[in-house]
Amino acid sequence: MSNLLKLSDVTKSFAGVRALRGVCFGLSGGEVHALIGENGAGKSTLIRVVTGAHLADSGTLQIAGQTIIRNSPVISRSLGVAVIYQQPALFGDLTVAENIAIALEPRTAWRAIRWNKRRAMARELLARVGSDISPDAEVRQLSMPQQQLVEIAKALGADARIFIMDEPTASLSDREVEHLFGVIKSLRQRDAGIVYISHRLEEIERIADRVTVLRDGTRVATHPMSEINRAEMIRLMVGRESSAIFPKTQVKPGAAVLELQNVCCNSTGVHGIDLSVRAGEIVGLAGLVGAGRTELARVLFGLTPADTGRIKIQGRTVQIRSPRQAIDLGIACLPEDRRKHGVILEMPVAQNITLSSLPRVSMRGWLSFRRERLIAHALVDRLGVKTASLSSATGTLSGGNQQKVALARWLAIEPKLVILDEPTQGVDVGAKSEIHRLMGELAQRGIAILMISSELPEILGMCDRIAVMHGGTITSVLDREKATQEKILDLALGLSGRKEAVPA
Amino acid sequence: MIRKYLREISVGVAYLVLLGLLAFKSPSFFQADNIRQLLVEIVPALVAAVGMTLVIITRQIDISIGSVFSLCAYIAALMAHQGVPVPLAFGTAIGCGALMGALNGLLIATLALPSIVVTLATMVIWQQALAWWKQGAPVASLPAGFHWFGLNQMAGQWIEAIIALLIFLAFATAMRYLAAGRAIYATGSDYEAARLAGIRPKLVTFNVFVLMGILTAAASILNAVIMEKVYPTSGDKLELRVIAAVVVGGVAISGGRGRLIGVLIGVALLGTIGRALIFLHARSEWGATIQGTIILLAVSSDALDRSRR
Repeated sequence: MSNLLKLSDVTKSFAGVRALRGVCFGLSGGEVHALIGENGAGKSTLIRVVTGAHLADSGTLQIAGQTIIRNSPVISRSLGVAVIYQQPALFGDLTVAENIAIALEPRTAWRAIRWNKRRAMARELLARVGSDISPDAEVRQLSMPQQQLVEIAKALGADARIFIMDEPTASLSDREVEHLFGVIKSLRQRDAGIVYISHRLEEIERIADRVTVLRDGTRVATHPMSEINRAEMIRLMVGRESSAIFPKTQVKPGAAVLELQNVCCNSTGVHGIDLSVRAGEIVGLAGLVGAGRTELARVLFGLTPADTGRIKIQGRTVQIRSPRQAIDLGIACLPEDRRKHGVILEMPVAQNITLSSLPRVSMRGWLSFRRERLIAHALVDRLGVKTASLSSATGTLSGGNQQKVALARWLAIEPKLVILDEPTQGVDVGAKSEIHRLMGELAQRGIAILMISSELPEILGMCDRIAVMHGGTITSVLDREKATQEKILDLALGLSGRKEAVPA
Repeated sequence: MIRKYLREISVGVAYLVLLGLLAFKSPSFFQADNIRQLLVEIVPALVAAVGMTLVIITRQIDISIGSVFSLCAYIAALMAHQGVPVPLAFGTAIGCGALMGALNGLLIATLALPSIVVTLATMVIWQQALAWWKQGAPVASLPAGFHWFGLNQMAGQWIEAIIALLIFLAFATAMRYLAAGRAIYATGSDYEAARLAGIRPKLVTFNVFVLMGILTAAASILNAVIMEKVYPTSGDKLELRVIAAVVVGGVAISGGRGRLIGVLIGVALLGTIGRALIFLHARSEWGATIQGTIILLAVSSDALDRSRR
C-alpha cells in the first residue's frame, strides 16, 4: 500500500473565519477513505486545498509522496488528483470523445486532430468503467450518472490515482449506485485511492475502509470502518454543545401568519408540506443541502409557484405566483445567493433600500426623494450600514454592508413574514450575532420568521420550533424543548421519522 | 457632481467647440432661417432617440425603428391622401406604431428572445411588406392640413421643435421622478435582482417597446409633415443614427445607466455635423467619417471609465 495523500496540520482561514484548523488526513492506495461532517464542517475546503483551488495558510501537503510547496490545479492534476463532483463539470455541447480529449491531448492550438484515435481512446476508457456510452454522444444528452462515468473515464485517461468523489450518489438511483460501487471496487483493485464524501452513512458503512469526521474545521476522529457504527458517526459529527451565543428572546407567539396545507410544487420536488408560522415565532427549516428547504422558500416567494395545496396568509387563502405578489402580501425573502442578486450594484444605497417599497415612497407614481431619504436613513442607522452617503453606488460597499442593504430593503416593506435562507453563512462572528439580535427584535415586533440554516446550534439556539426536511418534504416538526442535534440530524439523514422513498 | 455628469459635459463641450468654429468661420450658419431648418432636421431623430434611450437602459435594442418609421409615415400619408381627417390619420399611425412595438415587446419579454434578433426580423418584415404593398411609390398631393400641420412654414417649424421638446422633457422627468423610471433602470441593471425585489421586469420590457413604437410613429409624423411627398423609405438607416446618438449621449449599451439630457446633446452634435460641414466648405463625405470617429471615442471612453473603477 502506497501513500497517495498526506495532509498534516493544515489550516485555512477566509477573512478571519477559520475553515480548517490543524487538520490531518491520509489516503493509501487501494483504500476508500470516507470524509463526513455537517454542512460547513470544512469538507469542501479540505478538498480545495488538495486540488489547489485554495492554498493552505499553514501545514504540509504531500501528493504521491511529493511535498507540495505551492499547490495549483495544474500541479495536483499532474500528480494524479481527480475530483468527481455531484454535478459533473463537462462541456455539454461537445461530444464524449471531445470532452475526454480536451483533458488528455496536448494543448497546442496548431495540431491535427485524429478523430478516429480520439474515439478509440474514449471507447477504451469508457470500457474500463464498464460503460458502452457512444464516444460521439453529445454530453448534454447524457444522464447525470452517465456524465459521472465520463468524468471518471477522463480521470483514468489522465492516469489519476487519487479520486475525490463529492456526494457522487446524491442524484443516482439504487441501480446506478450499485454500478458506481462496482467502478469504485475496480479502481481500488488497481491500487487507486478514493476520498468519498457523502451524507449517506449507510453507503459509507458499505464501502469505506476508514472514516474521518470533520466538525467546525477540525478533525474530530479517524477510525477504521470496523470500529465505528452509524450512531457513533452521528454523535461525532454533531458533538457540539449549543452555547449561549444565541440569545433567544422569549416572545409569546400570536395568530398564525403563514399556514401551509399539503403544498406541492412538482417542478422542484417539494411535496406534502404542512407547516404554520405564527406572529413573533421563529421557525427553523433544518435538513441537508438538497432536501428541499431553499425550494420551499422559492415556492413561498412565488419564484416557483405551488401546483397544489393551500397557502394562507393571516387566515386568508392566497395564490403566490410572483415575487411581486409575495411582497404585496407582506412576505420578504433574503435569498441564499444574495451576493448575486440581493442588491443592484449600480444603484445608490437609498434607491436600493426603497426598490421593493416604491408605492410607499411615491404619490400616484411620483417619487418623493425626501421620504426616500428618510426611510433609507432610518434603516441605515438601525442596521449600522457603513456607507459614505445614501447616494453612494451600492457596489462600492463591502460585502457585509451590501447584505445589510439587502436586508434593509426587506425591512422597508414592513413585512409580516420574513424568510431567511442561510442568513449567517459566510459572515463573521460579529455580524452573525448582530443578525441574531435583529431576528429577535423582528420577532418581538410580531413578525413571523422562517429561517433556513444548516448550522444546527443556530437552529437550536434561535428557533421556537424546528421543521426538518428530507427528500422534498417536512418529515417532522420538533418543539424547541424536545429538539437535540442528534435528533435533527437523524431526521435530516432520513434514518428515522416518516418513511420516504429514496429520491431517484 | 462634475464626475457624475462628466459625459454630458464633455459631449456638450465638443458641441460648443463645433458651434464656436462655425461662429468664427461661417457666421451665416446662425441665421434664424438656417437654425429653424436645422431644428426640423434634428427633431425626428430626437423623438426616436428618447424611445431608444429607454430601450437601451432596459438592456435591449430595437433596430426595427427605421421600418416602423417608414410604415407609420406611409400609413398616415396614405390615409390623409384618401381624405381621412388628418388628426385621425395621425392617430392611426401612432396606434400602428404602438402595435408594432407591442409585437416586438411580446416576443422579447414573454419568450425571452434576444431583442437584436427579434427586431432584425420585424425590421425586414415591415420593410418588405411596405415594398410589396406600393412598389416604392411615394404619396403625393397631401391635403393642406397635413403639410406643416396646416400652418405656415415658420410656425410649423416652431411647433415641430416645441412638440419634440415637450416629449423630451416629459420623459426626462418621468425617468427621474416616476417609480416607473426607477423600474426601468432596475430592470436594465440586473434583471433577476429586479424581479426578486418585486419589480415586474417582463412588464417593464414590454411597456418600453410599446413606448418605443409610439415614439417612432410620432417621430415619423414630425418628419412627414415637412415633406412634399412621403416616400416608403423615409426611415432608412434611422436606427443607426439614433443608436449612435444615444451611445454618444452616455447611455451604457450594457443597460442600467444613462440620462436623457446626454442624449439630447448627442442628437444635437451628430445632427449638426452634416449641415456644419456645408457651411465650413468641407466635403460632405467627411460627415459620416467624423460621426463614426465620435462614436468610437464615446464607446472607448466608456470602456476606460469602467476599467478605472
